[in-house]
Amino acid sequence: MAMEMRLPVARKPLSESLDRDTKKHLVVPGDTITTDTGFMRGHGTYMGEEKLIASVAGSVERVNKLICVKALKTRYNGEVGDIVVGRITERRRSAEDELAMRGFLQEGDLISAEVQAVFSDGAVSLHTRSLKYGKLGQGVLVQVSPSLVKRQKTHFHDLPCGASVILGTNGFIWIYPTPGHKEEDAGGLTANLEPVSLADREVISRLRNCIVSLVTQRMMLYDTSILYCYEASLPHQIKDILKPEIMEEIVMETRQRLLEQEG
Amino acid sequence: MAPRHEAPRLPGLVQTRGGAQEKPIELPAVAAAAVAAGAAAAPADDAQAHGGGGRAAGAGATRADDVRRTGLLGSMASVALSEAEKVYIVHGVQEDLRVDGRGCEDYRCVEVETDVVSNTSGSARVKLGHTDILVGVKAEMGTPKLEKPNEGYLEFFVDCSANATPEFEGRGGDDLGTEIANTLYRIFNNKSSVDLKSLCISPREHCWILYVDVLLLECGGNLFDTISIAVKAALFNTRIPRVRVLEDEEGSKDIELSDDPYDCIRLSVENVPCIVTLCKIGYRHVVDATLQEEACSLASLLVSVTSKGVVTCMRKVGKGSLDPESIFEMMEGCGCISRAA
Repeated sequence: MAMEMRLPVARKPLSESLDRDTKKHLVVPGDTITTDTGFMRGHGTYMGEEKLIASVAGSVERVNKLICVKALKTRYNGEVGDIVVGRITERRRSAEDELAMRGFLQEGDLISAEVQAVFSDGAVSLHTRSLKYGKLGQGVLVQVSPSLVKRQKTHFHDLPCGASVILGTNGFIWIYPTPGHKEEDAGGLTANLEPVSLADREVISRLRNCIVSLVTQRMMLYDTSILYCYEASLPHQIKDILKPEIMEEIVMETRQRLLEQEG
Repeated sequence: MAPRHEAPRLPGLVQTRGGAQEKPIELPAVAAAAVAAGAAAAPADDAQAHGGGGRAAGAGATRADDVRRTGLLGSMASVALSEAEKVYIVHGVQEDLRVDGRGCEDYRCVEVETDVVSNTSGSARVKLGHTDILVGVKAEMGTPKLEKPNEGYLEFFVDCSANATPEFEGRGGDDLGTEIANTLYRIFNNKSSVDLKSLCISPREHCWILYVDVLLLECGGNLFDTISIAVKAALFNTRIPRVRVLEDEEGSKDIELSDDPYDCIRLSVENVPCIVTLCKIGYRHVVDATLQEEACSLASLLVSVTSKGVVTCMRKVGKGSLDPESIFEMMEGCGCISRAA
């Protein structure tokens, strides 16, 4: 049992040539994107002095005649149909609420839900009108930047390594042990508080550390990347994954595998 | 047979099982490790499985009710957790596998950097997981205290900045700041931590006062340990200018500062203690707790320990109770850690 001390080390930038042929066009707020007025302006841009100027820091994306700037790090912007994981911070205090909901959901509980509608001020309204949503039981929450969660068809993944993960588009990632049998009666509102087995715990801790290392290296999070990272991390001990040099090694290997898979 | 219900006596507890307190313990100076390019410390011999191992069998019976009674430690930054998450953490600790894969006695990786602030006499910045602390030491001349005319002294000030967590906004961080400052005073309130006599310039008239300012940049659990490491590193980095006292015929004294900016005295930080915080979660104790683990903890014990194993201060924090037997187990755990760290 050792305590490790080290000097802070600047992180090496991962070589860009691994990823794409064309260099990304990065801009900061105030940069001119183009002086050509034929383009339509999308999110993250505005027109000023006959030039198209960026209003956020990010990379320029161009689809035919539409130019928009995708920010690298933003607050979560809700869209209809997104799956989110959220924590209850406050609730309405009315009589019916007291009678009905307090038995099931308390302040501090985590739930998974789907976005039903988005208001103009950015607030979202959620619904849990399906049995797969609802209160979350035992597991681990990892908070990451929302821009790192890739939008996919499904956000509920049962990974073959023995745990399940919910990739909330708001950046909240929930890792939990795969339920043994489908619980249809409860509908996800009563939590199972029995102790989780040690093998499942190891898988969950390893997944958590893998996700943290992917996020630290600014890789997109989706089921394949998480799975490859998990497999790359198997030779190491779980607590060693967070050491900077091992983290770099594992993420490099994951990137290689992902590139091979694409190409 | 160790008397179970007697309050523990410090230092040199004789009743500990295995006599961990009596073995000589070395701790290579934390700051020396920082200077020596962050060499990893030598792993300790796990001479004895700490008594908590025997308790793990009964821990399976930890019920959800116990989890509901957990309280927050002092006025530290808190994080909301659902009951199921707390149960998961508590059960994990009983099985010696925490959420990030560490064992109960493993620290997170520490990054130490010294000489970060240029207009101080010494400074250090320490990062432990998400906890980030910046310490600056300024040496100023002043008059010694009346009861100790031959010594200089240290003054601590802790600033919990609102950057760390929104709870510290305005005056919210003041309570925690005074709590930490008082703990630091208690730790250094003995003859051996820092050689205060070396800070004296002329008795009863001039001495060096070291103002130690601690700034909390980010709060990610385990504040006290990180602060003590940062203070030790900053004191190691402190350079006090060498002064000479010139006395002329009339008896008036003149203080002369040497011209060379590199001519200075350094403090010896061999005996500066480090704090080890042990949080009690369920039936076991955990070292270096994260914010989530602190939220599940009933109580915790702060022990400040020097490299030679001398305990200078011990403090209990939290609403829960610790029974004396668990205190002995924790002290033994501390002995293992101070050997390792």
